Amino acid sequence: MNSLSNNLQPRSMGPLFSAKAWTAIILVTAVFACLPILNLSFAPGHTLHISAYTIGLIGKFTCYAMAALALDLVWGYAGILSLGHGLFFALGGYGMGMYLMRAGKSSPDIVPDFMTFLSWKAYPWFWSFTEHFWYAMLLVLLVPGLLAFIFGYFAFRSRIKGVYFSIITQALTFAAMLLFFRNETGFGGNNGFTDFKRILGFDITSPQTRAALYWLSLGALLAALILGRAITQSKLGRVLTAIRDAESRLRFLGYEPLGFKLFVWTVSAMICGVAGALYVPQVGIINPGEMSTENSIEMVIWVATGGRGTLIGPIVGAGVINGLKTWFTSALPEFWLYALGLIFVLVTLFLPQGIVGLIRRLGRREKALS
Amino acid sequence: MMNTNLHTRKDQSTAEGAGGQASYGRFKQSGVDTTHGAILYLESISVIFDGFKALNDLSLDIGVGELRCIIGPNGAGKTTMMDVITGKTKPTSGSAYFGQSIDLTKMHEAQIADVGIGRKFQRPTVFEQHTVFENLELAMKMNKRVRPTLFARLTGTQKDKIAETLELLRLTQEYQRPAGLLSHGQKQWLEIGMLLMQEPLLLLLDEPVAGMTDAETERTGELLNDLRGKHSLMVVEHDMDFVNQIAQDGKVTVLCEGSVLAEGTMAQVQNDERVIEVYLGR
Repeated sequence: MNSLSNNLQPRSMGPLFSAKAWTAIILVTAVFACLPILNLSFAPGHTLHISAYTIGLIGKFTCYAMAALALDLVWGYAGILSLGHGLFFALGGYGMGMYLMRAGKSSPDIVPDFMTFLSWKAYPWFWSFTEHFWYAMLLVLLVPGLLAFIFGYFAFRSRIKGVYFSIITQALTFAAMLLFFRNETGFGGNNGFTDFKRILGFDITSPQTRAALYWLSLGALLAALILGRAITQSKLGRVLTAIRDAESRLRFLGYEPLGFKLFVWTVSAMICGVAGALYVPQVGIINPGEMSTENSIEMVIWVATGGRGTLIGPIVGAGVINGLKTWFTSALPEFWLYALGLIFVLVTLFLPQGIVGLIRRLGRREKALS
Repeated sequence: MMNTNLHTRKDQSTAEGAGGQASYGRFKQSGVDTTHGAILYLESISVIFDGFKALNDLSLDIGVGELRCIIGPNGAGKTTMMDVITGKTKPTSGSAYFGQSIDLTKMHEAQIADVGIGRKFQRPTVFEQHTVFENLELAMKMNKRVRPTLFARLTGTQKDKIAETLELLRLTQEYQRPAGLLSHGQKQWLEIGMLLMQEPLLLLLDEPVAGMTDAETERTGELLNDLRGKHSLMVVEHDMDFVNQIAQDGKVTVLCEGSVLAEGTMAQVQNDERVIEVYLGR
């Protein structure tokens, strides 16, 4: 019995990644990490030079990839489809934006123009301490986390599931967008925050700062991937997929799904918040448009295209779809939404496991042939 | 009520080996007080759905270690009774006690599973995407709250236990297969195995041999007979040959229209006029 039980291993309980996967992850990360060096060390015009535009673009995609990964944790594993992850992304962005607005001023107590127009003489209470970078970073984690926790607690406790849950997340995001559009809310109304100048004393537009932000985003994405993998490889990960497949069965085994859903939902919102916070200094603007319905739905398409329940898939999906979007919006701008819709339909019909699923299938076929 | 019970159980496990507490400690060890010999008491339970009485003043108790068969025509309330015991349905009136002191009507499904009642559904419900091994691992008795689950690592004894259960279910060869690929009979056994991993005091089995081949049915009978005495079992079944096989000299309860029509050994029940009229005679 002992020798038998020693050989028993749950399929999903090995090391975090296989040696092969680790090598691939490290290689890909290293390649992407080298890009800003090429930007900094070669003059424009040199064959090895990479434009600042490309660096900015990839940095932006990295943040999108992180948001997609966060969405995959709840959708791909726990079966909770959120159509409101744009909200958590935007909240993280606003947290960072508050700091950047004050860091750029000669004194952090000078109010921005939109407050002057409201004839506010000083920052309102909810802006307190946001001139401190670390406090703002705390907000980036806690505000999306807390909102997700409270919203999730009531939704999951009421056993709201499936499409009903998705619609409510959408409604929540829409309500937040309307709130942020109001000038009196104190977040710059429809213009949001822009015209950032400095971050931690560094010039935000300098190539070095941009490279640092790029590396930070890449590092954060890698950390999110490892965290997500650790969660989904644990027994808790197996409980999450069991919730997705047969929630009531799990209840009769003595698990209370509420806590598990709440955990992964909150972690996901916080990852998404960090992604938003890294996104804002790189694109230089945050406004309520980030909370629009389309943004959240696009995230779902990234995940579906890349392959849900794979963690790597959403990263690939975010890169591929946004790459296409960049090309389309410069070459054939009026056709982008048709193309996006078509991609989604095709993926749903022919690639239910997404790009990663397709690669796995081809890999298996090759193995079977050889 | 519920909470105090859970706490005493937890306290007990930490106090174990520390001496003290003496006989009191042993008495509460499982969290279920069965000093009066019965593990489950149902007392005048009624369940009314939109005016329809699914259960009508049902009273029943199950002894410790007993294997009780429940038979009855369709619509007799067998499944509703299981729903009441496992917290899926709240009774309109009446009380359901687990042991002397645990009031099941005030608890929800996960809590009831946690105090030691396991249930097998009529249709086999296993986690199809998970392997056989992972199904058993998920079912295993342990702290099933969020944090301990996140950091859970399988110990050697736990692996041995899973290996033993696989052996018992004759599923050792399949342990790495996704449960969705098992045959119908194997799924049923896996689900019984999942119940055993929970180490429940009382097992509820809803038509465990439905859809099984004769050989599988026979094998399931052996399996349940193995469990007799180690656990209390309540088996709802339509298949009379199977009931004959497992009931032996134990009690059989006949339900009809939501209440108990007759109770006794299989032989007694089979000769009961009323039973023949409503059920067996058909």
